[in-house]
Amino acid sequence: MEKKYWKSLEERNNQPDPDIYKEHIPDGKNLLDVINEEISEKSTSRRNFLKFCGFSFATAAIASSCENPVKKAIPYLNKPEEVTPGMASHYATTYFDGAEYSSLVVKVRDGRPIKIEGNELSPLTRGGSTARVQASVLSLYDQEARLKGPAKEGKEMVWQILDNDVKRNLKEISGSGKETILLTSPVTGPSTRKLIGEFIAAFPGMRHVVYEPVSASGMLQANQASFGQAVVPFFRFDKAEVVVSFGADFLGTWIAPAEFAHDYTKMRTLTNGENKLSYHVQYETGLSISGSKADQRFAIKPSATGNLLKGLYNQIAQLAGKPALEGGLAHDSFPGLAKQLWNSKGASLVVCGSNDKDEQIVVNGINGLLENIGKTIDFSRPVLTRQAIDSDFENLVKDFAGGNIAGLIMWNVNPVYDYRNSEALIAGLKSLRFSLSLNSVTDETFEHITYSAPGHHYLESWGDAEAVKGYFSLQQPAIRPIFNTRQPQDSLLKWMGAESDYYTYLKNFWQTEILKAGEAAWAKALQDGVYNTEVEAAAVAFAGEALAAASSAIASRPAVQGFELSLYQNLSMGNGSHTNNPWLMEMPDPVSKVCWDNFAAISPASASALRLTKGGMVKINGLDIPVLIQPGQADETISIALGYGHTSFGKVANGVGVNAYKLASYDNGSRQFSIAGITPEKVAGEYKLASTQMHHSMEGRPIVRETVLASYLQSPDSGNELHAEFEKKHVTLYKETEFKGHHWGVAIDLNKCIGCSSCVIACQAENNVPVVGKEEVMKSRIMHWIRIDRYYNGEETNPEVVFQPLMCQHCDNAPCENVCPVSATNHSSEGLNQMAYNRCVGTKYCINNCPYKVRRFNWFRYATNDKFDYNMNTDLGRMVLNPDVTVRERGVVEKCSLCVQRIQEKKLLAKNEGRPLMDGEIVPACAQACPSNAIVFGDMNDPESRISKLFQDPRNYHLLEELHTLPSVGYLTLVRNKPEVEA
Amino acid sequence: MYKSEVRGPLILGDKNYRQISSDIIAPIDQPIPTWWKAVFGISMLAFLFGLVAIYKTVVEGIGTWGVNNSVGWGWEIINFVWWIGIGHAGTAFSIFLLILRQKWRTSINRAAEAMTVVAVMAAALFPALHMGRVWLAFYIFPYPNTRGPLWVNFNSPLFWDFIAISAYLLISASFWYFGMVPDFATIRDKATSKIKKAVYGFFAFGWTGSSSEWLRYEALSYVLGGIAAVLVVSVHSIVSTDFAVSVIPGWHTTVFPPYFVVGAIFSGFAMVMTLMIIIRKIYKFQDYVTNSHLNAIAKILIFISLIMGTAYATEIFIAWYSGSKYEMFTFFKNRITGDYTFQFWAMVVCNAFIPQLFWFKKVRQNLTIAFIISIFINIGMWYERFNILITSLSKDYLPSSWVTYSPTWVEIGIYIGTIGMFIMGVLLFFKYIPMIAISEVKSVLKVTSLNKKEKIHASHE
Repeated sequence: MEKKYWKSLEERNNQPDPDIYKEHIPDGKNLLDVINEEISEKSTSRRNFLKFCGFSFATAAIASSCENPVKKAIPYLNKPEEVTPGMASHYATTYFDGAEYSSLVVKVRDGRPIKIEGNELSPLTRGGSTARVQASVLSLYDQEARLKGPAKEGKEMVWQILDNDVKRNLKEISGSGKETILLTSPVTGPSTRKLIGEFIAAFPGMRHVVYEPVSASGMLQANQASFGQAVVPFFRFDKAEVVVSFGADFLGTWIAPAEFAHDYTKMRTLTNGENKLSYHVQYETGLSISGSKADQRFAIKPSATGNLLKGLYNQIAQLAGKPALEGGLAHDSFPGLAKQLWNSKGASLVVCGSNDKDEQIVVNGINGLLENIGKTIDFSRPVLTRQAIDSDFENLVKDFAGGNIAGLIMWNVNPVYDYRNSEALIAGLKSLRFSLSLNSVTDETFEHITYSAPGHHYLESWGDAEAVKGYFSLQQPAIRPIFNTRQPQDSLLKWMGAESDYYTYLKNFWQTEILKAGEAAWAKALQDGVYNTEVEAAAVAFAGEALAAASSAIASRPAVQGFELSLYQNLSMGNGSHTNNPWLMEMPDPVSKVCWDNFAAISPASASALRLTKGGMVKINGLDIPVLIQPGQADETISIALGYGHTSFGKVANGVGVNAYKLASYDNGSRQFSIAGITPEKVAGEYKLASTQMHHSMEGRPIVRETVLASYLQSPDSGNELHAEFEKKHVTLYKETEFKGHHWGVAIDLNKCIGCSSCVIACQAENNVPVVGKEEVMKSRIMHWIRIDRYYNGEETNPEVVFQPLMCQHCDNAPCENVCPVSATNHSSEGLNQMAYNRCVGTKYCINNCPYKVRRFNWFRYATNDKFDYNMNTDLGRMVLNPDVTVRERGVVEKCSLCVQRIQEKKLLAKNEGRPLMDGEIVPACAQACPSNAIVFGDMNDPESRISKLFQDPRNYHLLEELHTLPSVGYLTLVRNKPEVEA
Repeated sequence: MYKSEVRGPLILGDKNYRQISSDIIAPIDQPIPTWWKAVFGISMLAFLFGLVAIYKTVVEGIGTWGVNNSVGWGWEIINFVWWIGIGHAGTAFSIFLLILRQKWRTSINRAAEAMTVVAVMAAALFPALHMGRVWLAFYIFPYPNTRGPLWVNFNSPLFWDFIAISAYLLISASFWYFGMVPDFATIRDKATSKIKKAVYGFFAFGWTGSSSEWLRYEALSYVLGGIAAVLVVSVHSIVSTDFAVSVIPGWHTTVFPPYFVVGAIFSGFAMVMTLMIIIRKIYKFQDYVTNSHLNAIAKILIFISLIMGTAYATEIFIAWYSGSKYEMFTFFKNRITGDYTFQFWAMVVCNAFIPQLFWFKKVRQNLTIAFIISIFINIGMWYERFNILITSLSKDYLPSSWVTYSPTWVEIGIYIGTIGMFIMGVLLFFKYIPMIAISEVKSVLKVTSLNKKEKIHASHE
């Protein structure tokens, strides 16, 4: 029993002290009354007047001098268990935007997600991620484009009224015998799939249509015909010794690029005793990153694909002793390639990016001949992210006119923007009685629907996914909903009258159907983010009869002449659903090095034939589009990236580029992105594209050192002979710096780097790198701390392409350090070249003296400046900033720090736990994001570390090592599997 | 006493001491002429334009310029080096010729020194303005502070620069000022208005002209001259280390210190010539700034021009001889040919070829042509700095970072502003300070004027 002390008898007896107020203030009066009386009773003497005046002036003065807003930082009285200010929490979740899947770990600081990392537990993405995934965290804080709450015809309303309206409408439509369409992007979540089934069942007359702007419809149909299964198989690039791709940019945008990139580079590993180098041949129209990485690349017109495939089929059929197909085109490369493929039977892979059913059937035929089915082409684990059959949506648009459809619910689709014929669609939408969108952002379709029931951003959502059969993953919210949005699954549950919310539904579903276990398993799955089950081996056989039909269909196509158009997805925009993301908008395309626009890529020969020049404009089917003369582009073809030309998608996306979706066509049951018979015309006008690289040749300098496989096998240092030579000359008059503790370094394997640029965006997110806008990019003032240098080599008709990621080289003999007059940039005892922003006065001498030109200057104030109205100009947008990294002031120089904040964090952690740091514990943002593990960070002083071993590799060299800058970044030579030896 | 019969008189027109004083002080006494007001007004406008540009730079940021992530220095450093070069002449002129006992310097040194002071002030503006955070420019001062162990970087050429330029400005200004003390006294003595007497009296430091004062005056000139002579060499050598210490192709070269010093003297002498021709024409100082003076400057210019030509050739030769493909590229692909061909050849023609016209006596004596050539030299020297800076930075080691550079109106505006400031300074000098060192000219009157023995005698009062 606690003792209770008392001060007075009254208090002890719990009685109020009666006299305490009486002495000063008469009964029942408040202070104002007293003052009033005082004033009224007494005549206003001069003394009183002055007294009141003095009081008022003093009050006014005090009040007015306290104008500064008070910003309160309130410490927790009771700290929530999971939140420690300054410490990040990590949650596993899943990204799926309707096209691309990624298993993630979200870094949450003080309650806000600030960085996306790949989930290393995922058997699919294995810690890698693409630039689009990396940038997705920024979309969470899109103040402008995200929808703030439910609305009807643009007017805000409350959820309850909306729910009632929706329920009434759905019931009435159902009752009247008309149809309601649930139009969604592919649904990969097993629980959502089940939920959608139940929802549709609840409203008779409702059906589910899957729509994808860029689908794999042709392949699905082809596989239905060839194998009786309308699925996209998983392509095992990690088992393919020979890879042949016809227009499939599998490292960039095709099907599952992060997964494929990882597998592909596995077969191109020449480090740690591994000696694998697959042989990759690419036939394509525009120059993609896959084409850039290929050992042999050939530029072809899209219309030639079918006949070339047949030609290749016939060559292989000859070797296999099978009957040839009629027709087909021969290609110089085929006899050799066919032999190589045949020799690697069962360990080769032919893929094709075409959306044409017949062409895909021939591809299936080739893979069938090569016995790849079931080996490199895995039907037991089909990719479930590609579901749409294009004809479904084409029919739907036709059906709108029929009048039998009265309702439409759209979820994560924006067909007014990305469907080829938006007029027909809009007319259809207008005829509807009821239309509703579950999209979380405003878009082109938004204006044409009645109700908006906005969903959460994926980082606010629960959910699940099964991107590849048997590989499940969970999505969990990392932040409370910022706006008055509601998870679409919850909306569906509400409208169908279910009691439970989606979280309960999801948990039940997982516990009963997937995990088949209780709480512990659920918690574990949630923590890991992924859960895998075994699948049965699929027995599929190639049906020969489909091939004959496809072959004759290809043969019966009319011959086409003249220019052809190829619409493609580029690395930053993909299908155009993230165009309003300023990070992606400013990410230079790794091949063209252009950002902030799409363009008509045309080969140098065709450009001169059309008298097109740099900065000119060309008209294609009524669209005016700026010209980019692109080496490696097939002659008489034009490539245009999709995803641009938005009209109401937010301030970043609107009006940037042209919407190339409107140039697409529909043919043979699928949407076609290659169009023959176009007539491009030169039009007057000038247009400047923002490019981050003006010069494209290495000028014979040993910047990217490369060799061919045969030479490499003879001597591993081939192509890198200079390194040993320069090492021999390593002398200095000065005392060399010793690094007694750690000595950090980075090794970059140029053979593994595919140029995908996810490191660029990861770095931007981690290090608060500002977006500067097109004008500033054109002035060569992009702020990226890591960039992908791209060089062409050889013929301009079909150049060889090399990529080189370049960040601060952290030279141990750094030219930037000794020239700074105020020592703002200096060397740490761990070999880091560091910047003290506070000390920097901005002479820019270091920028000049950096031979790698990796230093960036804050030309303007980029944060809270209306001239740079990107993510750093609103309170919400600034939520994405990493509190561990300073937002730089105008006038200071910045550059890569090798993520010193991460180094520090892990060092402290190890220190607190009283153990040495482990190799691989510290992972800078660039290395973390890299889907191909091309970037390795580590301690050069630890002889056992991965980086020490890589630095011992005969392929390792340092950029511009002849300058004796002693960089801490090493590059491993590029080895191509080419038959001939370079002169 | 040595009397030159061969070299001709330094002062023409049978002057006596009183005439010299009144001739030279005349512009100070006379009312301000209209042309002066007009030119002053125009240069004031230019200066104001410069202020607007400076305002924009400081308020908005260096982003208002055309510089970028590869070319970190643009017009501002070109102009800085250019102005420093011009600012070289005065002191070089006075001091080297003083030490070499070249008596003909007396007519010219005052103007040259004035030019130095104004030009160095114009130059000093740029290093401050090109800082991203000019309000923290004091970080570059090595003074005890509370910011812990942070201290300036003594390895940085920019720090050397700061020391060299401030020392040079201080010594040049002192040298110039102390040289003027006897002349201020002369004006004071001749002045009729009280204010003028007071002002010039203040600046004259109570000079009475006693022998002991003259003795100390001479001693001080030689001491300051001795110090300044070193600085003349050091300041531009150090400016050149801004480039020579770096690793950038075209910058990283040991020829830079002498090459820069000579280049600076070249541009300075050319500017002296420009200015003297103007002074002589406007103020009718033909008797003091004689043809032979200009002749002598022209001859020096020929010589320096040859050195410049040699320096250019040396650079190119060494670029080839080094075998460095980066150096080769810079010189052969980005200067002699390439994007900046015009600027390179403008430099070579203006600096190495055009001044060779001075070999012809007719050219040397034709003041119009001499004036034009002197302007060409200054244009050429500007292009020289452009070449060094922009060609090297725009295309250095990694072709991926190659860019082009062009200035914005803000950068041009600041340059125009400094030109306005320079002209304003020079005009004020014309008006309020004796343009020619009266006392020094008097000292050479006796020893060099021919046939004046009697007159000199007679003119003594």
